[in-house]
Amino acid sequence: MTLPDSPNIPDMSARAASTGAASTGAASAAPTTKGGARQDAAERNLATERSLGAEKVTLGYDARRIVENLSLDVPQGKITVLVGPNACGKSTLLKGFARLLTPSAGQVVLDGQNINSMPSTQVAKVLGLLPQTPIAPDSITVSDLVSRGRYPHQSWLRSSTAHDDQIVDEAMAAAGVLELAGRRVDELSGGQRQRVWIAMALAQQTDILLLDEPTTYLDIAYQIEVLDLLMDLNRTRGTTIVMVLHELSLACRYADYLVAMNSGRIVAAGEPSDVVSAELVREVFGIESLVVPDPISGTPSIVPFSRHHRPVAGD
Amino acid sequence: MTNKPVTRTLRKRLRTRTLWVCAVFFVLLAVLFSVTLLLGEAGLTAREVLDALTGRASDLTRFVVLELRLPRAAAAAIVGVCLGVAGAIFQSVLRNPLASPDIIGVTSGSAAAGLVAVLIFRLSGLSLMAVVVVGGVFAAVVVGLLAWRGGMQGFKLVLIGIAVAAVCTAVTSYLMTRVELRDATVAYTWLTGSLASVQVDTVRVAGLGAAICLVALGLSTRQLRALELGDATATSLGFHVEQSRIWVLALAVVLTALAVGVAGPIAFVALMAPHIARRLVGGTSLSLAASAAVGGALVSGADLVAQYAIPGTAFPVGVVTGALGAPYLAWLLSRTSSSQPGGNS
Repeated sequence: MTLPDSPNIPDMSARAASTGAASTGAASAAPTTKGGARQDAAERNLATERSLGAEKVTLGYDARRIVENLSLDVPQGKITVLVGPNACGKSTLLKGFARLLTPSAGQVVLDGQNINSMPSTQVAKVLGLLPQTPIAPDSITVSDLVSRGRYPHQSWLRSSTAHDDQIVDEAMAAAGVLELAGRRVDELSGGQRQRVWIAMALAQQTDILLLDEPTTYLDIAYQIEVLDLLMDLNRTRGTTIVMVLHELSLACRYADYLVAMNSGRIVAAGEPSDVVSAELVREVFGIESLVVPDPISGTPSIVPFSRHHRPVAGD
Repeated sequence: MTNKPVTRTLRKRLRTRTLWVCAVFFVLLAVLFSVTLLLGEAGLTAREVLDALTGRASDLTRFVVLELRLPRAAAAAIVGVCLGVAGAIFQSVLRNPLASPDIIGVTSGSAAAGLVAVLIFRLSGLSLMAVVVVGGVFAAVVVGLLAWRGGMQGFKLVLIGIAVAAVCTAVTSYLMTRVELRDATVAYTWLTGSLASVQVDTVRVAGLGAAICLVALGLSTRQLRALELGDATATSLGFHVEQSRIWVLALAVVLTALAVGVAGPIAFVALMAPHIARRLVGGTSLSLAASAAVGGALVSGADLVAQYAIPGTAFPVGVVTGALGAPYLAWLLSRTSSSQPGGNS
C-alpha cells in the first residue's frame, strides 16, 4: 500500500529546508568573522552545525550484545525518531549516543571526534539527554531543578550568574512551566513534570537533544503537548532531536527521519512517508496492519489488526 | 524577557532561608558550647571560665576548663558536624532516606575495630583513633567492592552494608561475651558513644581532619547536586558519575570514622540531622551546612542532657541520641509509608 500525496508532506520538508537554509545562511552571511556569526546565532538561540553519528558500534550490557555493528548518521537540524519493538536496541543505541554506554566496538562520533574521548563537559554543552525515568531529588523546586541544566556552563569557581538565571527563566517560559517555578517537582502532574525536565534540557542549551521515550506514562493530551514543544524547539532553534517513541503513528507525524529497528539492527530509515508500509510494520513488529494517511497530517498512520479485529472485506 | 526575574528571586529566597536555619543552629551550637564550658562539678563562675580561656586563672581552674570541659565541648560539636554531614551525603548519594553510616556498616566496622583495640591491644588516644578510622574505611571498602558490579547501585549498596554491619556486630558481641566484667563496662560505654573521656589530642586531630574533609566537600557541592539527579542526567550534564560518587562517599566515610574515633559510635545522629535540616530549610534537596549545624547542636544538646538531666547520674551521650533517635526513626517510617519513600519520584 502506498501513500497518496498529501499537501502536508511538501509543507513539512519545506519547513525543514528553510531551517537548513537559515543555518547555512547564518554561517555564510558573515564572511569576515566566522566567530561573529556563531555568536550571532547563539544570541538568537539558534543551533550551530553539529554532526552526530554511530560508526559500526556494538553496544550492550556485560556480555550481552544488544546492538551490533550499527551505523547511523543523525540528520542535522531534523527530528529523528527511533522505533521498534521492545528490546530491539533503540534505547540502547540512544544510550550509546548519550555516553551512558561505551561501545565495545566502533565509535559514536560527535563533530568528527570520538565522543568517549572528548572532555565530558565539552560534550555536555553540545549534547543533552532526557532519560526515560529521570530522577528528581526529594522536595526540589522546579526552578532549582531547571537551574541545574546550567552546570556544564559553570564551574566550581563560577556559579550561577544573573545571566544563567535569565536563561533558566527563558527555558521555563519556553516549556510553559514558568508559573510553576516555585512549586515542588514531586507535587506536579506527569505532564507538568515532563515539561520541567524538558525545560532543564533547554537550559542546558545544547544543539542536540536526545530523549528516551519522552511520552511514556503521559496521557494523549500531554503526549501531543510534549511532542509539539519538541517540534517548536526544532523548528525555531534548529535543535537536532533524536528520540525513542513507542506510538508509531505519532512517530510518523513528528519525525523528519524515522529509524525502524529490530534485533539490534536498522531495518529501514528515511522520511516516514517513504519508508513506512504494511510490509515494514510486519517485518519490524510482526503484526499485520493497514497503513493509511493520517487525515490530519497526511503522514502514515498505522492501524493494527488483531485476532478479534480484522478487515471486514479483506485487503 | 522583560518580566521580573523568577529564578533569581527564588534562588535568593532559598539562600536566605538556608542562611537563617544555619544561623539559628550555629548560634544554638555556640550557646550549648558555652553552657558546657560553664557547667560542671567544679562549680566555676563565668568569670573564672573566661579567665581560664584567656590564661589568667589558677592552674587547677585552667586544667578543669582547658583539659576537661573545652575538649568535651569541642568534641561534641565536631562529632555532631561530622555525623550530620556524613549522613546527609550518604542519604543523598545513595538516594535512600535510611542510608546512614550507622546502618550501612561504616560505624559498625569502626566500632568492631575499636573494641578489638580497646580490649585486646589496650589502646587509647590517638592509636585507638587510628585503628577506628582504619576499621571504618576498611568496612566501607568491603561494602563498596561487594556492591560494585560495573557501577555502584544505591539499593544494593545499602543491603550489602547492612550485611557487613551484621558481621561487625557479631564480632563486637563475641568480644563482649569473652571479656572480664570490668572491661566489659568500659567497652560498653565506649560502644554506646560517650564524650566523658575525650582526649585533647584526638579532638585536635579529628578537628583538623574534619576541616580538611569539609573544605573538600564544599568544593564538591556541584558534584553532589548533579549526583542527586541520577546517573543518566548527571552524565549528560558532563559529570564523571562513578568518580564523583566514590570521592564524596570516601569523604563521608572518613568524617564518620573520625567521629567514631573521638567518641565511639554515637547512635542516630547521622540519620536524624539531615532529615531535620531538610525539613527546616525546605524546597531544596541537600544542605550540608544546615546538616552540619543541626548535627553539632544535636550532639552538644544531647551531651548536656546526658550529663545533667538526672542529677548524680551521667549517661553516655549515645543513650540520649538513641532515646531521641529511635522514636524519630519510627515517626519517619510511619510517614514514609504513606507518601513516597523519598529520594526518587
